[in-house]
Amino acid sequence: MTATIRLQREPFDAAAEASKLTRGRTDIGAVVTFAGICRGEENGEPIAALTLEHYPGMAEAEIARHVEAAERRWSLMGVTVIHRYGRIEPGENIVLVVTASSHRQDAFAAAEFLMDYLKTRAPFWKRVEHASGANWIEAKQSDDSAADRWQARPPRRDAAE
Amino acid sequence: MKLLYFAWVRERIGKPEEEVELPAEISTVADLVNWLARRGEQYAYAFENPKVIRAAIDRAHVRADAAIAGAREIAFFPPMTGG
Repeated sequence: MTATIRLQREPFDAAAEASKLTRGRTDIGAVVTFAGICRGEENGEPIAALTLEHYPGMAEAEIARHVEAAERRWSLMGVTVIHRYGRIEPGENIVLVVTASSHRQDAFAAAEFLMDYLKTRAPFWKRVEHASGANWIEAKQSDDSAADRWQARPPRRDAAE
Repeated sequence: MKLLYFAWVRERIGKPEEEVELPAEISTVADLVNWLARRGEQYAYAFENPKVIRAAIDRAHVRADAAIAGAREIAFFPPMTGG
């Protein structure tokens, strides 16, 4: 399987990254592309920007561990994960997950699994800037619950398509 | 041993990393948190609620009861908010 993991300051091109995964291949039947975008408000208050801090070295390692876990669990032909750090303004992209498989179920499930774990296990922290100052965003219980539910599921489903 | 701090843990302590010599009786991550919390006001503030502090040894998540023997790098940070 082709796995690409990148951390970068610059924005990414989601469509270009997805087409890189499938170029020249005819065995891939499904590509799921998820992009997380910076919203213009947080808890009802307009924001100027987010700044993402990360733990260099561990962030790559932790994402790689989850990509490997996804590969063991589903039948994947390619995975790309890109996570930005630094200052990001509303409307800009933050994170990209692309999964490729022969059928859609595995591609959808793996993309959701990877996003749920990126939210709760990848060492990134968001600081939000708004008119009244700046503060660190607090972790959400709903994100922990989203990640936890993968532990309760059966290890693998056969694609029935 | 190298210690790293991120996000508000880093801000409260006032530095991103430091080298420390640990007393021999410090054997787990929880021991280390208690020891750090007694190093001064800034550390006490950073570690005032140890339950919310997450830790990593050599770039892998660990729990508070993890042994620190042999660790090269230990990081402390708040719950993660990436993605």
